Amino acid sequence: MTAAGLNEWEVVIGLEIHAQLATKSKIFSGSATAYGAPPNTQASLVDLAYPGVLPVLNAEAVRMAVKFGLSINAEVARRSVFARKNYFYPDLPKGYQISQYELPVVKQGKLAVMLDDGAVKTIGVTRAHLEEDAGKSLHEGLGTGSGIDLNRAGTPLLEIVSEPDMRSAKEAVAYMKKIHTLVRYLEICDGNMQEGSFRCDANVSVRPRGREKFGTRAEIKNLNSFRFVEKAINHEVSRQIDLLESGGTVVQETRLYDSDKDETRSMRSKEEANDYRYFPDPDLLPVEIDEAFIDAVRATLPELPDDKAARFARDFSLSAYDAGVLSASRELGAYFEAVVAALSASHDAAHAKLAANWVMGELSSALNRDNLDITVSRIVPAQLSGLLARIVDQTISGKIAKEVFEAMWSEGKTADAIIEAKGLRQITDSSAIEGVIDAVIAANPKQLADYRSGKDKLFGFFVGQAMKATGGKANPAQLNELLKRKLGGGQ
Amino acid sequence: MLHTLSIGELGRSLDSGQISSVELTRHFLGRIERLNPALNALITLTAELALAAAAAADARRAAGERGPLLGIPLIHKDIFCTDGVRTSCGSRMLDNFVAPYDATVVARLKEAGAVMLGKANMDEFAMGSSNETSYYGPVKNPWDTTKVPGGSSGGSAAATAARLAPFATGTDTGGSIRQPAALTGVTGVKPTYGRVSRYGMIAFASSLDQAGVFAQSAADAAVVLQAMAGFDPRDSTSIDAPVPDYSATLAAPLAGLKIGLLREFFDGLEARNSALIHDALKIYRDLGAQTVEVSLPHLPLSVPTYYVVAPAECSSNLSRFDGVRYGYRCEKPKDLLDLYTRSRGEGFGAEVKRRIMTGTYVLSAGYFDAYYLKAQKVRRLITDDFRAAFGKVDLLIGPTTPTPAFAIGAKINDPVTMYLNDIYTIGANLAGLPGLSLPCGFVDGLPMGLQLIGPHFSEAKLLNAAHRFQESTDWHRRSPPGYEQ
Repeated sequence: MTAAGLNEWEVVIGLEIHAQLATKSKIFSGSATAYGAPPNTQASLVDLAYPGVLPVLNAEAVRMAVKFGLSINAEVARRSVFARKNYFYPDLPKGYQISQYELPVVKQGKLAVMLDDGAVKTIGVTRAHLEEDAGKSLHEGLGTGSGIDLNRAGTPLLEIVSEPDMRSAKEAVAYMKKIHTLVRYLEICDGNMQEGSFRCDANVSVRPRGREKFGTRAEIKNLNSFRFVEKAINHEVSRQIDLLESGGTVVQETRLYDSDKDETRSMRSKEEANDYRYFPDPDLLPVEIDEAFIDAVRATLPELPDDKAARFARDFSLSAYDAGVLSASRELGAYFEAVVAALSASHDAAHAKLAANWVMGELSSALNRDNLDITVSRIVPAQLSGLLARIVDQTISGKIAKEVFEAMWSEGKTADAIIEAKGLRQITDSSAIEGVIDAVIAANPKQLADYRSGKDKLFGFFVGQAMKATGGKANPAQLNELLKRKLGGGQ
Repeated sequence: MLHTLSIGELGRSLDSGQISSVELTRHFLGRIERLNPALNALITLTAELALAAAAAADARRAAGERGPLLGIPLIHKDIFCTDGVRTSCGSRMLDNFVAPYDATVVARLKEAGAVMLGKANMDEFAMGSSNETSYYGPVKNPWDTTKVPGGSSGGSAAATAARLAPFATGTDTGGSIRQPAALTGVTGVKPTYGRVSRYGMIAFASSLDQAGVFAQSAADAAVVLQAMAGFDPRDSTSIDAPVPDYSATLAAPLAGLKIGLLREFFDGLEARNSALIHDALKIYRDLGAQTVEVSLPHLPLSVPTYYVVAPAECSSNLSRFDGVRYGYRCEKPKDLLDLYTRSRGEGFGAEVKRRIMTGTYVLSAGYFDAYYLKAQKVRRLITDDFRAAFGKVDLLIGPTTPTPAFAIGAKINDPVTMYLNDIYTIGANLAGLPGLSLPCGFVDGLPMGLQLIGPHFSEAKLLNAAHRFQESTDWHRRSPPGYEQ
């Protein structure tokens, strides 16, 4: 691809996201859906497709799908139909997958996505439908044979299909992250990408900039991390542009992304594609949803991410960026609000910005470092607000606060206990600070002379020496002021 | 002569202590041992289980329990899964398959205390009208062992006709209870779609399959259906509606009943067969019913419609038989494709393969609209015809089959002629309606059946009409020669 290439071509991306619904049992059987059980221990006769067994729809899966539909302002279909998608594969016990085809439960909706530059773009959601997952084929450690684990067979999935509205890998990732945030807010999917609970297929094509007609697309299957989505799409875009610029054509096909080699390779072409022979599943009645059901689901909707971000920005005077970060998950938002609430009980709400900085800064780094989720943070909101209160009332400086934070993180005590135990209380007594300054000046006559002859930069040297002598506890503003006066020869 | 008694009479004998269930069970096991070899009606005998179940039923009765089926023997069509007992569906594919659970029908009859004697032969995966497609060989008609008993529930029908059990279960997708009931001279009931659970009944065509019963009379069938019917949460298509007391209304008067004579059923019907139906109509008029002629203009499209819908569903339903988890697996498969193609190629018989291929074809891209979709539209038209007819009459009446039992081998190589055997029965399946066949006379020494079709959930009315007919006739009491003793 030439450097100019990307400017001459427009990238078009649509995503099909598979979100595993967090139901306790499978979509058509009573088997558990827990991840990681020994092979085939969570597969009932229905999941194994024994002769004579029949599927029974899990109402909870429908409720979750409707919840999603309402959250993207989509129309919920009053009548949707399960169909059979027929193909043979050992991990598909019935020889067909039950999915929704012509009549999905969630119709057209849309989602606002914030891009890196802060711009907001609306991405269309074509539909979302319910379907069952397949099992897994196991090829390792079984000699020449293959094994099948049907624990996952029949796990409910919500397939969320976007419009081809995205124009870069970054936009695709932003959209996927937004859906990820949303399904976790709604508590309909645990969002665990390593376990495959949230994954996507990307439809990628390119067209000469300015042309309306879409180029031929390739579908990249089974991307299970945001990083892979970005890399796979970028790789595929380069491949297609290179192909077109060297006079070739893109063929419609399914491709797999190899994260080790960072490349996509062909899985099957359109010609080799299965004829799935979809038809309505005669074992299942059409799903009829009435207003009362929808209203009941609507009543369970939590505050959605966009609403929460807007409220944070408005009520706490945060930037759109900060509000977005703090509302990225329900748990993080709740933590932040708990810190602000505790702080506001004794102090001004204007300190919300301070709380935001600490939650997004020290706390997030500590969580990342120890690979902990906010829900199991070693510092609870009451502890953090206790620390922030000491900054606000000038008991400690921001710098000392970081030291206290680290001690709280490892020792689990309150900020006050640590400040007392370690004697970190800030020195605000002017006479004490003056005493220290006098000693520092007396010990450094040469620097004093240089400073007075115009070397202003040495001011920092004196601040450092004085801070060091107080163990960092001197109130920085007071120290600066007194030092400036003393160095200038004043009293 | 225990085998000539009705279920009611057997129940009274059991209740009074005249006989025990173990004795009754031994009696029928003895008949099976003696008579089945010539008929091939049963393909699995469960004598030990039966005697244990009979002893358990006797114990329940001794403990004071009562019930119309407590201790009464039966035979299950081998399409119903029976826990711990081979469930072959008449196919090599499942020749080695021992079901790990009971079908709902099996469980309900077990709960009622009925005693399973064994499993009945059937057309492979219920696909056939003569019982000649079974992997276990054809079933012979007790009225003439050179003749077919009909199908697909041919084993259940022949066993009931030969009095190998007081009753037998069956399934009806396009006539598979009513047609063999007619050809063997017994009473067969195909309930409304959704009335009896399909759970554990190996699927042929899910939107058409319905379980039912073969019995010596409508009164016996009422008792059995009572135990089988009702909502099952494990079958999403079963219907949650109360089950009326079928026996309570058996003797209700028929005065004022409007019976519609299906004009389309008499086109081309042989004079002797037609005469039997008209004799039956006279009996109904004598019982106070009115008879009027009605027309269902789309009914002649039933057979082509059925042979699109049923194969389409079967092609998908039978995909699970892939040699991977249970059932037949070919020797030494080379790879996955070889495993699939040889296991299925060797495990399924010719008729099953024909229907899988037909079904796959009609669902394929480019053909779906012309076949599957069009068939669904015609199905709707046929259903609407029935609905319109039931706006004018209470029941529809006609022959069950165009001819009496035909010779074994006569039609097996001509699928279309064979398919036309179900021309009168398929309509009720397409519309999900209950139907009943009862003996109404003989042609050339072979029994013929009278078919009653009613609106959805009109089983009580059908049984009532059949019972009143049987009070006035003795066709249903006739036993095939050689099977009286």
